[in-house]
Amino acid sequence: MRCVVSNTRLSISCIRVRTGVSSFFLRSCRLSVFRMHGSLRVLLQVLWAQLLCGWVLGSELTFELPDNAKQCFYEDIIMGTKCTLEFQVVTGGHYDVDCRLEDPDGTTLYKEMKKQYDSFTFTAAKNGTYKFCFSNEFSTFTHKTVYFDFQVGDDPPLFPNENRVTALTQMESACVSIHEALKSVIDYQTHFRLREAQGRSRAEDLNTRVAFWSIGEAIILLVVSISQVVLLRSFFSDKKTTTTRVGS
Amino acid sequence: MGLQGTGFLLQCYLMLAASMFFHLGEQEEKCIIEEIPEDTLVTGFFLLEPWDVKALSKLPQLGLTVTVKDSNSEIMLSKRYGKFGKFTFTAHTSGQHFLCFKTNSTSFSVFARERLKLHLDVQMGEFTVGHNTDRTKDSMEALENSLRHLTEQMIHITRQQEFQREKEEVFRQISENTNSKVLWWAAVQTSILLVVGFWQMKRLKDFFIEKKLV
Repeated sequence: MRCVVSNTRLSISCIRVRTGVSSFFLRSCRLSVFRMHGSLRVLLQVLWAQLLCGWVLGSELTFELPDNAKQCFYEDIIMGTKCTLEFQVVTGGHYDVDCRLEDPDGTTLYKEMKKQYDSFTFTAAKNGTYKFCFSNEFSTFTHKTVYFDFQVGDDPPLFPNENRVTALTQMESACVSIHEALKSVIDYQTHFRLREAQGRSRAEDLNTRVAFWSIGEAIILLVVSISQVVLLRSFFSDKKTTTTRVGS
Repeated sequence: MGLQGTGFLLQCYLMLAASMFFHLGEQEEKCIIEEIPEDTLVTGFFLLEPWDVKALSKLPQLGLTVTVKDSNSEIMLSKRYGKFGKFTFTAHTSGQHFLCFKTNSTSFSVFARERLKLHLDVQMGEFTVGHNTDRTKDSMEALENSLRHLTEQMIHITRQQEFQREKEEVFRQISENTNSKVLWWAAVQTSILLVVGFWQMKRLKDFFIEKKLV
């Protein structure tokens, strides 16, 4: 299943990551005839797929970030690829997190504090390992669940056009348009799922808070009123002798 | 199968080596959360590497324990692997699944705080878009493959939607629960207030009459 990157205001997410690996597995299972030049072909396939796959990596993950913790992820990117980082906090506290993205030399490309969701696109200017970190160090006791999606490069086409001699047939182009439509459906679905999870988490917090504070208030009410009466009575029972003197 | 298998493993290795990775300390467990609808096959590939490439010789045995827990905290998969491998499981219940990774390297080196790189790739479903090099002759097969892929995508979407409906039901229940709680406790508190107010006035009045102050 492939991902789609869209840079709208709300953080849209992608469902699934890599391609190439399991398809290779399927293909090697189907190759029943082993020819003499099979070994060379396999090697070529590996090299070619590696070359092609170099620009189609991307990952989406949901992980839990404990309080006062920082979690970093690294990715090797080739110069010139367009990358997008999107993240959203799903549960926890005020639903915000610090995020920072650095290039191989340590220059900060993106830094935001206490953001609930955001999307950032950039083109890699250098080869190397890029690092992005999420930090919950400002929070003392709330764990946060963070979802992020880091897309590197473009999606692979459904029908690769390297060995193509003719244009896509009508069937194939229909398949391609269905594929694109389904990708965007999965996109919106994941986005909706995250929003709903966030809403439900807030509702659960509200529920427990309402129960807790209501019971607390009722108890406080009873205690305070009873103690008021007791205190007032205690004032008058001591000064019984003095009031008569003041009166006369 | 030998050469194809090697080719496949090499491919996986190369793909993973260029993929996203994160730190994993020794004996440290890191988990990722995946929302998986039921009856979905999940495949994960991983690769464990030392942080410092030069230290490769010093760490003899790198191992990884993968534990998969579902939303009811039942363990679905708990296996030990070498430094590179693949794990699969089928989710029986819809919900959040926790995929936890823990290293169990058997080195007793002085570098106890050594960190490892864990490359990870998790896929859902059996049919994914492929880079097919020798497809020029087999256009029917390519079409068949893409149709299977599309069908799988649609099934995945349907399953996710079913799951989403269940979650919305839970959400609505929680909201209605909160609503009724607010109403009930507000009524209870108002009645306590009134009752206690009357009781206070009555007690004080009796008290003052008794003490002949009124």
